Amino acid sequence: MTRAARSPGWSRAWIAAVPALWLAALFLAPFAIVAKLSLSSPATAQPPYTPVFDLFAGLERLTADLSALTLANFTTVFTDVLYVDALLSSLRLAGVATLVLLLIGYPAAMALSRLPERWKPFGLALVILPFWTSFLIRIYAWIGILRPEGYVNGVLRWLGLIDEPILFLNTDFAIVLGLVYAYLPFMVLPLFAAVDRLDPSLAEAAADLGCPPWKTFWLVTLPLSLPGAAAGALLVFIPSLGEIIVPDLLGGSDTLMIGRTLWSEFFSNRDWPLASALAILLLMVLLPPIILWRRLEARRWSTAP
Amino acid sequence: MEHGAMSGTPPSSRRWDAAILTLLFSFLYVPILIVVVFSFNDSRLVTVWAGFSTRWYGSLLSNRPLLDAALISLQIGLLSALIATVLGTWAAIVLTRLGPFRGRAVLGAMVYAPLVMPEIITGLSLLLLFVAIGLDRGFWTITLAHATFSMCFVTVLVQARLVTLDRSLEEAAQDLGCSPSAAFRQVTLPLISTSVAAGFLLALTLSLDDLVVASFVSGPGATTLPMRIYGQARLGVTPEINAICSVLIGLVTLAVLAASLLTKRDFAARRER
Repeated sequence: MTRAARSPGWSRAWIAAVPALWLAALFLAPFAIVAKLSLSSPATAQPPYTPVFDLFAGLERLTADLSALTLANFTTVFTDVLYVDALLSSLRLAGVATLVLLLIGYPAAMALSRLPERWKPFGLALVILPFWTSFLIRIYAWIGILRPEGYVNGVLRWLGLIDEPILFLNTDFAIVLGLVYAYLPFMVLPLFAAVDRLDPSLAEAAADLGCPPWKTFWLVTLPLSLPGAAAGALLVFIPSLGEIIVPDLLGGSDTLMIGRTLWSEFFSNRDWPLASALAILLLMVLLPPIILWRRLEARRWSTAP
Repeated sequence: MEHGAMSGTPPSSRRWDAAILTLLFSFLYVPILIVVVFSFNDSRLVTVWAGFSTRWYGSLLSNRPLLDAALISLQIGLLSALIATVLGTWAAIVLTRLGPFRGRAVLGAMVYAPLVMPEIITGLSLLLLFVAIGLDRGFWTITLAHATFSMCFVTVLVQARLVTLDRSLEEAAQDLGCSPSAAFRQVTLPLISTSVAAGFLLALTLSLDDLVVASFVSGPGATTLPMRIYGQARLGVTPEINAICSVLIGLVTLAVLAASLLTKRDFAARRER
């Protein structure tokens, strides 16, 4: 053991200071500013909000600034149909995408786990590889496929199935498809980890006893792999909810998602306080799934063989 | 075990598996392949094939704004990845090797929080910080922002390696008279070097990939490549974007291949030991 290890407490904390201070300055402090700004009022000034705290302006000014803080932004966020709708529609789209991913993820993970042992790393690598490619490029690729004069409509027309192009792009369908495509590895990997750990003799025993495959899945595989499914579901739901690139490139102009609403409040309307209030709201909504995911991870690691 | 699993699978279900995997990998790769194939299309109409051509790659070379953006992205990427690797590895060592200290839980939470934080909140909060302290937005603010969220990914990667590392190696080095810092440099660092390198690559990729955070914290004169591509992609699909995307896909593929060779060598070396 090192010398430092023998004296607990503050003496060791200074080694941690550099990364800790960095994160405090560039993660915690910005966050406090968002919280403060969500209680401020918009102003046509630079910066476009009020009050601007000046720590050197004396106590009187400080109390005046403090009393200028208001909950008005949150009242707006919760009473204006626009923002409530944006949140609900985000929850709906992210939820549908998560469900679709579960439906795709299970057969995919099970097929991968039935690969011969030496092929498994290769199969998994193929699932992960697209994740390393730019997110933007992967979403951009779907514009060309889905748009009215795109490849899908081209093939359908060539087959003589349609005369008029079907509108895929700028619909909720396109958003869900984009989310599913972008986050597929996040679902398949934890599911694979859960399914692959199962003893194949369990499924064999069920089959020997006359259980049809779907029933084996329902009674054996699914219950035993539920923690993996939950991890995967949270891992795709959390980023989907705050997603902005997918709805912006694939969604219609009337599709509301909370991330996009925040973006336009900030950049188009220049209402920084309202955008901050939306950020706080998004975070509040995300907090329960994030905590759940952390718990799940902690349990998964402690029970792993 | 391996054979048991295989012989227990009836041929019909193996055919199912093959079908499922074919569908899965087609879904994952066909969209990307289409982008690459049509970047070689001679026609400006992206959907109609008019013969093989590399002219869009030629026109990339004369697209000054795009090249500038690529250069800025690369500079920010390398610099932020370097900072992220140092700080991230530092945090990982602190969290796994320092034992209990004041504020350990806070540091652990601060390392994990940015991983799950929506980019839009990270971007907004950092911009508000830079405005509040009056920092001019541009190259440096993007670099700081990228270094901050990337370092957390590096920490997680390196931490995972440090946890599995045999502590007795470091302890033996110190028992044999190495100072803690010498033991770290001569024993620990070589053992975690692959994870650190992987962390650097991940940080670089994250930085090159980032659009949302950069859009918030950038200023005039600092347009990154994703920002440039995004601006054009919103207007529609063009063969030129297909070409720049294909170049990036090619580079990523090369990097991943190199990284997997690196880890394979490391695995082999570890097995020999």
